[in-house]
Amino acid sequence: MSIEAKEEFRPKIVAFCCNWCSYAGADLAGSSRLSYPADVKIIRVPCSCRVNPMFILRAFEKGADGVIMCGCHPGDCHYSTGNYYARRRMTLLFSMLDYIGVENGRTRVEWVSAAEGVKFSTTMNEFVEKIYSLGKNVRLEDIRCRN
Amino acid sequence: MQELINRAKELLADGTVARVLGWKAGDLPYNPEPAYFETEESLKDFVYNGFCGANLSKYMIEASKLEGKTMVCLKPCDTYSFNQLIKEHRVDRDKAYIVGVGCKGKLDIEKIKKQGIKGIQSIQGAEITDDAETLTIQTIYGEKTCAYKDGMLERCHVCKGKEHQIYDEIIGESKDTKDADRFDEVRRIEAMRPEEKFAFFQSELSKCIRCNACRNVCPACSCRKCVFDSNKFDSSQKANVDSFEEKMFHIIRAFHVAGRCTDCGECSRVCPQGIPLHLFNRKFIKDIDELYGEYQAGEDTDSKGPLTNFTFDDAEPSIVTERG
Amino acid sequence: MQRIGVFVCHCGSNIAATVDVKRVAEMALMEPGVVHAEDYQYMCSEAGQALIAKAIEEKQLTGLVICSCSPRMHEATFRKAAERAGLNPYMVEIANIREHCSWIHKDMEEATKKAVILMRAAVAKVNLNTPLQPGESLVTKRALVIGGGIAGIQTALDIADAGYEVDIVEKEPSIGGRMSQLDKTFPTLDCSACILTPKMVEAAAHEKINIYTYSEVEKVSGFVGDFTVDIRKKARSVDMDKCTGCGVCQEKCPSKKAPSEFNRGLNNRSAIYTPFAQAIPNVPVIDREHCIKFKTGKCGVCSKVCQAGAIDYDQKDEIVTEKYGAIVVATGFDIIKLDNYDEYAYSQSKDVITSLELERIMNAAGPTSGHLERLSDGKAPKEIVFIQCVGSRCSDDRGKSYCSKICCMYTAKHAMLIRDKYPDVNVTVFYIDVRTPGKNFDEFYRRAVEQYGVNYIKGQVGKVIPQPDGKLLVQGSDLLDNKQILKEADMVVLAAAIEPNPDVRKIATMLTASIDTNNFLTEAHAKLRPVESPTAGIFLSGVCQGPKDIPETVAQAGAAAVKAIGLLAKDKLMTNPCTAKPDETLCNGCSTCANVCPYGAITYEDKEIFDHGIRETRRVAQVNSALCQGCGACTVACPSGAMDLQGFSNRQIIAEVDAICR
Repeated sequence: MSIEAKEEFRPKIVAFCCNWCSYAGADLAGSSRLSYPADVKIIRVPCSCRVNPMFILRAFEKGADGVIMCGCHPGDCHYSTGNYYARRRMTLLFSMLDYIGVENGRTRVEWVSAAEGVKFSTTMNEFVEKIYSLGKNVRLEDIRCRN
Repeated sequence: MQELINRAKELLADGTVARVLGWKAGDLPYNPEPAYFETEESLKDFVYNGFCGANLSKYMIEASKLEGKTMVCLKPCDTYSFNQLIKEHRVDRDKAYIVGVGCKGKLDIEKIKKQGIKGIQSIQGAEITDDAETLTIQTIYGEKTCAYKDGMLERCHVCKGKEHQIYDEIIGESKDTKDADRFDEVRRIEAMRPEEKFAFFQSELSKCIRCNACRNVCPACSCRKCVFDSNKFDSSQKANVDSFEEKMFHIIRAFHVAGRCTDCGECSRVCPQGIPLHLFNRKFIKDIDELYGEYQAGEDTDSKGPLTNFTFDDAEPSIVTERG
Repeated sequence: MQRIGVFVCHCGSNIAATVDVKRVAEMALMEPGVVHAEDYQYMCSEAGQALIAKAIEEKQLTGLVICSCSPRMHEATFRKAAERAGLNPYMVEIANIREHCSWIHKDMEEATKKAVILMRAAVAKVNLNTPLQPGESLVTKRALVIGGGIAGIQTALDIADAGYEVDIVEKEPSIGGRMSQLDKTFPTLDCSACILTPKMVEAAAHEKINIYTYSEVEKVSGFVGDFTVDIRKKARSVDMDKCTGCGVCQEKCPSKKAPSEFNRGLNNRSAIYTPFAQAIPNVPVIDREHCIKFKTGKCGVCSKVCQAGAIDYDQKDEIVTEKYGAIVVATGFDIIKLDNYDEYAYSQSKDVITSLELERIMNAAGPTSGHLERLSDGKAPKEIVFIQCVGSRCSDDRGKSYCSKICCMYTAKHAMLIRDKYPDVNVTVFYIDVRTPGKNFDEFYRRAVEQYGVNYIKGQVGKVIPQPDGKLLVQGSDLLDNKQILKEADMVVLAAAIEPNPDVRKIATMLTASIDTNNFLTEAHAKLRPVESPTAGIFLSGVCQGPKDIPETVAQAGAAAVKAIGLLAKDKLMTNPCTAKPDETLCNGCSTCANVCPYGAITYEDKEIFDHGIRETRRVAQVNSALCQGCGACTVACPSGAMDLQGFSNRQIIAEVDAICR
């Protein structure tokens, strides 16, 4: 007999969006009524280069199951070069997470322009689906942070 | 060693330097420690031997603030750190009189002990002038021997070379002790399945007692105040509950020194728990080399570091998934 | 501890239909620092703003969270409302529960839960907000217009008429741009030169306008109100002050083999040349690539014949540095290269031409003196086929995805003009759609069909095959009749897509203005701020922003001018206070931040620092808040966390992360 009255898994997903392109892309997805799961919560940052790897690790530590960062397409950064730095930082961070055995796919970077409402919504749908398939983040969660 | 002491005396005497930064004998035959010498007499405690692994570059941050020049003894690999510190404006080149000291590989007492050599009373063959291939060790259980190579620090097996990158003069001969590829271990881990990787790092990092020795010795970790001690980040955390909690600290530490780490190996050398911390740094170095072109931090004092640089067609972060 | 008020907007039913706004307000009261929460139908309305003001006063609020639409929509509105009520505007945060919540979720329970979390994140952030004071910077009362076509000329004239100094930088030897190459303009068929030339003359004569022709923008630094621009004045080899514009040098120049750019390479010009007779300034330049003197050292004919002694072979490029308060981009367009459209035989037959080439052929000052003739044999064509949408509305990457907008109308114009002047010539137009939105546009197109008998065929042309007898076999389809068409033509005219001037990407990078995938400059808001770039102080005029015809370009040029004037009319500007700020006691002085700053806003200073009982001189970072745009690149580069971004601080973002993951 199973006593597992487990709650249905609903992932916590943090999306960092740059103010100029991706946040606007998310707004466009909204005004175009392009739905994606409510598990995604967006944090507005001025530029993808504002996203400190510590923020991403912090999210995981606090029990996030997936973290996605969106920025302007390379070459289109409002600050001209921000996303180039962000790209290197994220590549190295993701590689490190992979190296210590965190499941691939819990982190993602996607470049979404202000005009790409459809891409924003599709990306979020895909990402949430991926996180569902990976299940709960146990490898990076810090149990001291649980409520 | 005597040549080094003589030169130090000269430099002190003629006023070129106000002090000498070197090593003095410790309370055991194998634990010399970094020390300042300000007088000729004090130099009688000066030692330089195979156990002087400590990288003195970082001490120059404080020494740069002192009156007068400091004669600092740097091994070939230490000079990379010194260059990097110049690049970051942390040391004052003009305050340093750099004596490039010869090096034929430094010793790891833990490796010697692992060979069952205990109760050590004295060690012969570790002097820099001695070309002996063998260490002769007097123990309370009698005389033991150990091949010099077998007692060498891991980092010396992947030696960056015998050339000093920066110096005012060189005293003593150096030897390239490289006999392994520094990325072999990283590759071995990369080839593991995620569960194995996780298990490996969990078992290693669960030993961490967060003593901060790695941070304190690291020449790249030279922040006045570390983010982990700062309330600016809400990241200070010291309590010890779960077995793998220190991963964040070590990932962030490695990330903060990525592109600046010269791979001097001090972190692993000083870890009291024997955690191979260099495996984090080397992973970043390997990725940087592969993705953005080979880069050796500290080779010069003015190149742009890989994380403060970019090209328009850098790899996308998805490469991590794609390369499998 | 903050005293926070949370205001939940229904946005009519936009939010309230999917989010239980009352519950969001109730939940808000349980958050730390929240002392007031209420919901209202339209927070942005006057009544809504009054509610906010009342609560600020009565509850002595120190921070606000507005749960409403996107901050991109109304952040400024609510900040102003807060400021009027005596609160620092930067103590306001928006929880976007419309675009990011109610509009994308259907389930009320789920949407409400998410709205609550978004509210919590905003409350967590406001708890750490600090009042920020915008700085002030002075405005240089001078504008720069990049590009001297009709857009640039109109913008410059409008700004100058308002009493401000304007410089025009044009890379060609004369202003005039694309419009000067046109023969007639739709829908009125007046001659292009007749309406453009007076404007060119007016600009040149205007005491407030200074024109740099044969010049390019080399470097831009600074920020809104205070740009510093280096302009490269390319060596003209002719002294502008001495030259009288007599034209003898061009006549006598022995090198006459250079393809005329102005005539789209259909004929040749001399090495010393003015692009066209009405050029402004009427001072030639020496094309050093084609000049015999520059190639071999021998010749010097122009110098010998110049009575004024204006020829100066030793002239060098000159860099002029000027300060500007506003910059208007009016870099215009060109037509695409047709390399990807081999099937139309453009490179194989001289009689397959672009519409812009046809303009030159039809023009009295053009290579055929205005006679419609085949370039291959000089014969008068009897059968002309126009092909529309060559490279426009293209679904693959051969061409452009957008509609070039002007082609339908100019093709109708060409067809009509040809039928009018040469009634015996048959004109056929292959089109996908005929798009004629615009005043008197559809009437114009219908006249072409009904009055002038132009044969419009809905369908695409698959291939143009040059025949041995010099004719062109056009293979197309008629979609309405559902049949294949084979047609012999004497001349084929391609309505090639337009694209932004290729230099615009370089210019946009210098200006840090954003640009879209098609290289059109991005406007600050597609509908509400169409002539401003998202980068403050940069304005957009003409086709550099998107395809436009002449009346639209002139209208937009005027609008850009008004925006620039609005800026120049101010003496001081408030600067964005959300800039980077170093904690000097934590700074290592390592320069990592300065290495990633795109604005050169970070410098270092040796400063006496008092920290934990130690007083010492340290090298510490300093941010010029007038230069800093607040991207945050430095904050992540800084290993010690000394550099932080005001308004988006490390602790604020971490608080948001924590609130979301709670």
